[in-house]
Amino acid sequence: MKTASKPPAVLPPAAVGAPEAPRSAGRRTGGPWRRRLADQFRAYGFLAGGLLCFALFSWYPAIRAVEIAFQKYTPGSGGEWVGTANFTRVFHDPEFTAAWRNTLTFTLLALLIGFAVPFVMALVLNELRHAKAFFRVVVYLPVMIPPVVSALLWKWFYDPGAGLANEVLRALHLPTSNWSNGADTALVSLVIVATWANLGGTVLIYLAALQSIPGELYEAAELDGASLLQRIRHVTIPQTRFIILMLMLLQIIATMQVFTEPFVITGGGPEDKTVTVLYLIYKYAFLYNDFGGACALSVMLLVLLSAFSALYLRLTRSEEDA
Amino acid sequence: MSTRTLVSPLTLGRPRGRAVYWTVFGGVVVLFALAFLFPVYWMVTGAMKSPDEVTRTPPTLLPDHWHIGGYTDAWDLMDLPTHLWNTVVQATGAWLLQIVFCTAAAYALSKLKPAFGKVVLGGILATLMVPAQALVVPKYLTVADLPVLHTSLLNSPLGIWLPAVANAFNLYLLKRFFDQIPRDVLEAAEIDGAGKLRTLWSIVLPMSRPVLGVVSIFALVAVWQDFLWPLMVFSDTDKQPISVALVQLSQNIQLTVLIAAMVIASIPMVVMFLVFQRHIIAGISAGSTKG
Repeated sequence: MKTASKPPAVLPPAAVGAPEAPRSAGRRTGGPWRRRLADQFRAYGFLAGGLLCFALFSWYPAIRAVEIAFQKYTPGSGGEWVGTANFTRVFHDPEFTAAWRNTLTFTLLALLIGFAVPFVMALVLNELRHAKAFFRVVVYLPVMIPPVVSALLWKWFYDPGAGLANEVLRALHLPTSNWSNGADTALVSLVIVATWANLGGTVLIYLAALQSIPGELYEAAELDGASLLQRIRHVTIPQTRFIILMLMLLQIIATMQVFTEPFVITGGGPEDKTVTVLYLIYKYAFLYNDFGGACALSVMLLVLLSAFSALYLRLTRSEEDA
Repeated sequence: MSTRTLVSPLTLGRPRGRAVYWTVFGGVVVLFALAFLFPVYWMVTGAMKSPDEVTRTPPTLLPDHWHIGGYTDAWDLMDLPTHLWNTVVQATGAWLLQIVFCTAAAYALSKLKPAFGKVVLGGILATLMVPAQALVVPKYLTVADLPVLHTSLLNSPLGIWLPAVANAFNLYLLKRFFDQIPRDVLEAAEIDGAGKLRTLWSIVLPMSRPVLGVVSIFALVAVWQDFLWPLMVFSDTDKQPISVALVQLSQNIQLTVLIAAMVIASIPMVVMFLVFQRHIIAGISAGSTKG
């Protein structure tokens, strides 16, 4: 603590009178440097608990992830350096390609479905003048239902026999689907669950953004003869562009870490059509007991997602400065 | 609110506009009810059907006979009291530790000017960039064998509590709020002879009720809803929270009983939402516009 022991250029008035006061007189009368040191101790006393938790459960695991990615590691017996062997092994696992393809497809589908839908919902809700509170509560209700419950609920809906999803199709005289059990439909079925469970938050954020658009802009556009769609295109979208971009980045980061839905609903199947990267990490660690492979995969996911996070933080910061 | 939106009040005032408005309004009410309320209704009533009825096609909209037995069976067979209690313990502890350690740390970083405070804050904020789930395996290894101490927090609520404290988002939220408290107020308290802890307790915390409320809700919801982390930490069935237990038990239990258990698992969060909905919704909306 160099800065703490450095004597101050100007002595604070309280310290001038009694620089050599005995300790028993209390900390207020201690020397200026001693007081500063005491201040530092106190500040770090307040920080200690939080810092220790960050060090143990955030910083240290981040370093360990990189370290173990290059080790053959089994819990309890330490690690043995193996160079890039974990990466090549993981890379040649057929599930590796499947997991990345599924994760990227999931993210893309989630953007297509889970992005347009909440925006349109918010757009419509913003025009409605009645029962606002009802809409806001109802749309957010699925978000408050535990994700495990939503997943189990939809697993039941997707049941090929007595599932509600096929009942609805039958009632509408449409062909039924295998939903989460079909190789072609499983991933889309999971995206629908994730969208249903999470879109409430997105809708509310959009709604707040839409409410901050000045009414004069619409007024002026309408006077210029802009139609409804033109007003959306030239006023609404440009005015909410920043929020749209932010939410898109956040959604990419969130959906690339999808785990609960495939784990609970499909168990990664059929075949390997719904194995995601995080699911594969879980399998490497807890099924294959291959922590080196799990950490190698974690590092890959980490690098990719940190790039998106960095972009997100950069954009929000530049917006704050502007 | 009379600020105009996409559609002008004038257009809405015309008979045709009014007709369109009420049609859209009705359509949205029906759509929202079908999309968001109906699944919940289906779950609550599904648990009250008989095991035969719940798998019958076409399904019944109302149970033929209302069985409350699904719920009581779920409560007993799936040992829900234990798992609910585990969840309550985990969530309460995580909330309490987060409030204590995060407010103390945020207060120190905001008001006590520690040496290297900026470096520490930077290190904390950097963790925001690292997606939590990507680090779940090395975090598991750390918890299984803590450095220096060489003890394991697996199957202990501490394995949920302590990592929950390392929440950069909540800490930053608190720090930003404390930054807005004028220095004069704290200095006045100090002149009156209050120590740092006393100032935090009697001046800062009472002023921070709104932000403490938001952080509390975030902390409780996060633990209650989490699945992957407790799945890793608790291999011991008796210690598992409700989310993990539901999935583990879902394989070999009767459908109506499982559905009843799902409803019971959702009740605490839904009730909390209905009680605090104003604050929760305001929090989400406000957090977004600031980015």
